Amino acid sequence: MKTALDVLRKLLHDPAAAAGLLIILLLILTAIFAPQLSTHPEAIWDMNPRQRLLPPSEMYVFGTDRMGADIYSRILFGARITMVIASVAVGVALLIGVPIGLISGWTQNWLGEALMRVSDIFLAVPQIVLAIAISQTLGPSIENVILALSITYWPWFTRLVHAEVRSLKNETFIEAAIALGVPTWRIILLHVLPNVASPIIVRTSIGMGFTILTASALGFLGLGAPPPAPEWGRMIAESREFLPEAWWYALAPGLAIFLVVMGFNLLGDGLRDVLDPRIRRAGARR
Amino acid sequence: MRISALILQRIAWLVPTLAGLVAVVFFISRVIPADPVSKLAGETASRAQIELLRQKLGLDRPLLVQLVDYYRQLLSGDLGTSLFTTRPVWDDLFARLPATIELTVAAMIIAVVLGIPLGVVSALYRNTIIDHVLRIVTVAGLAVASFWLALLMQLFFSMDLGWLPLQARITGFPPPSITGFYVIDALLEGNFTRLRNVLAHLTLPAFTLAFPALATVVRFTRAGVLETLQKNFVVYQRAMGIPSGLIVWKYVLRNSLISTVTQIGLLFGILLAGTVVIETVFQWPGIGAYAFEAILQSDYAAVMGFTVYAGVVFGIVNLLVDISHAVLDPRGTGA
Repeated sequence: MKTALDVLRKLLHDPAAAAGLLIILLLILTAIFAPQLSTHPEAIWDMNPRQRLLPPSEMYVFGTDRMGADIYSRILFGARITMVIASVAVGVALLIGVPIGLISGWTQNWLGEALMRVSDIFLAVPQIVLAIAISQTLGPSIENVILALSITYWPWFTRLVHAEVRSLKNETFIEAAIALGVPTWRIILLHVLPNVASPIIVRTSIGMGFTILTASALGFLGLGAPPPAPEWGRMIAESREFLPEAWWYALAPGLAIFLVVMGFNLLGDGLRDVLDPRIRRAGARR
Repeated sequence: MRISALILQRIAWLVPTLAGLVAVVFFISRVIPADPVSKLAGETASRAQIELLRQKLGLDRPLLVQLVDYYRQLLSGDLGTSLFTTRPVWDDLFARLPATIELTVAAMIIAVVLGIPLGVVSALYRNTIIDHVLRIVTVAGLAVASFWLALLMQLFFSMDLGWLPLQARITGFPPPSITGFYVIDALLEGNFTRLRNVLAHLTLPAFTLAFPALATVVRFTRAGVLETLQKNFVVYQRAMGIPSGLIVWKYVLRNSLISTVTQIGLLFGILLAGTVVIETVFQWPGIGAYAFEAILQSDYAAVMGFTVYAGVVFGIVNLLVDISHAVLDPRGTGA
């Protein structure tokens, strides 16, 4: 059994994974200390028509937007939205997906089969298509984006856990535990779950990146947090009518999305190398 | 299992899966509704008028009845009527299908034709500067928001350099409609000025749409080639003195491509998902842009129609991938 410290040490030896970890740490710190770090925290929600669409300067590092708000400050506050959406959506997806995967992988009867068929339904279209259909009917808000993203992401965890549990069930130590009369819930919680933890952790990191991308696309399409909220995808959508003159308007939020998603992907790849040597580095990613 | 049995089994699963998909979207949309009827009726409509319209649209009946009705409607090939274009959704989708297919196929060709050689090169020159650069680009390709990339491309290639058109499928009149695919129609017409115009319009959206798929192809090909290079038959061929170019591009590639075929389903998913934002940014008059307009207008029938369309297309592509995988590599179908 590897300890968390072991894993961390190995991750830090991989420059790519270490960079990913650093980016995520910065993101978390940014989200927490957004009011302290931002240069114009008061100007996130207000209109300052006289400072509209100013190019980057010492005063406004990334320029200002159509409302005259400081884009740098808005991006910092946007980190909060991004973190909340991604962590809650992936968290809920974990809470739904992992137990269902455990049950369907373990029982292998009609119930397990039915659960897998249900998860197939959610995988019948690309995630964003279903997320669009759901959040469109629910209306634009952060809660609805989170709901749409968790409803569409849990099957990935279910599939993963299902496959792992099925192969684990034939292992000798599980058979031994069954033969010894250990209660099923104990076997699942104490023997199965720890052994599927590694792929779940890897998938969680990659899922965070993927969810942030999808959430920003929903924001871009106008399905995310409603207007004054500094949501990165929506900021890019707003910038469109001011191109090419206000090029800085689109640049910074896009870079923010890119960096953060890159961070989670790099960490996910690194975690996979450390935790799950069976899977090749270039394996499928969603 | 024989291949015909496999096909039948997959089709048998496809139908209930799609029915389930429709039911999921249907119930979510009806349980927590942003009332489309009052929006459609307009702000000046009285409550009685709204109720009348609701009855006329059949939205006042029990949910299950509405769902069964919707199934019946779907089975007869009717996706409902768009609340805002007031045309059948199917007609709208059908009219816009060629634009989307043209864009998606172009992107698929770019992803495969560029991605496979780049992946092979990356594997052959493993851990050299070429490999590192390619790996950074592919990691970036999976992290970049495609709508942002699209804007940057427009900003750089159209607005700044002026090399390529900003948006739309064509400037001026479209070629005489034979297939609906402008590239083919312009070719058939023999009008090369128009063909160049069409291709110029296609370039930016196709490359932008292709980028994440391209990154995926490079990653998979690299991994597949690296794995195949370890195989005994390659060692044997090397020992036999067969030129390494022949080994790599003929024997190794053929063996690695089996897994690449499986990835086409995945690629297609990436592309299908990409069309919504890419078509919106480039004003490409396809199904993705239609879906975006439907979102803006809360056009429930159109959003639903788009979802069903995506499910059918995605299901068929995955079916084809399974079949071709079974044909190429019968080992996997034994169980």
